[in-house]
Amino acid sequence: MARVLLFGRFSDLAGWRDREIESPFLSALRSKLSEEDAALGEALAGPGVQVALDQVIVRGDAPLNAKTEVAFLPPMSGG
Amino acid sequence: MIRLTFEPFDPGALLSEFCKDRMEVGAVATFTGLARAEAGATTVLELEAYPGFTEARIGEIAAQARVRFKLDDVEILHRVGKIGPGEPVVFVATAARHRRAAFEACDFLMDYLKSKAPFWKKEHGPDGERWIEPRAEDHADVARWDKETSK
Repeated sequence: MARVLLFGRFSDLAGWRDREIESPFLSALRSKLSEEDAALGEALAGPGVQVALDQVIVRGDAPLNAKTEVAFLPPMSGG
Repeated sequence: MIRLTFEPFDPGALLSEFCKDRMEVGAVATFTGLARAEAGATTVLELEAYPGFTEARIGEIAAQARVRFKLDDVEILHRVGKIGPGEPVVFVATAARHRRAAFEACDFLMDYLKSKAPFWKKEHGPDGERWIEPRAEDHADVARWDKETSK
């Protein structure tokens, strides 16, 4: 079970912030999230969105293990 | 030292502590950012960070500043959570042998913190709440450090 974290406007949009979701790959996780919430799926694929796996930014697809922390980060606004 | 805090802080006390026992440093520059009321349009500023990730990214820029401006020390304290108008949001202190380096390092760090640091910002006001995306000026501010050569 990957631990999925949503930040900024993503958590407002989805109505949750932190969930455990079973998925072998990041791409499969995106599909799963899109299937249950199309608006969220679209937002997560938007321009400037970054994904961190265990706090390291990744591009493209990647395998997830049972303890991977997956964070979806909207464009960072600064403080 | 890089820290995030949900609690209000006193920039004067931080400055006094930062200046303690520095016999050879010569120059300390600080910047304190305060939450603006925007003439009543913003009643509360809310900042969200990604604990661990946010401090690590800021720490990387602080390490760059240490080398580029030959700093003796740097401290950054940033508020997260809900912040009222007039309350300090960010405190940056830099220590160097000479003032120019201390001033410039403070400016460099603030340009990064205001435009690219991993925070997500929401303004609460009488018309509801809205997420704020970075401003074009913020990106222009941070880009000027790419052109200037380090001294």
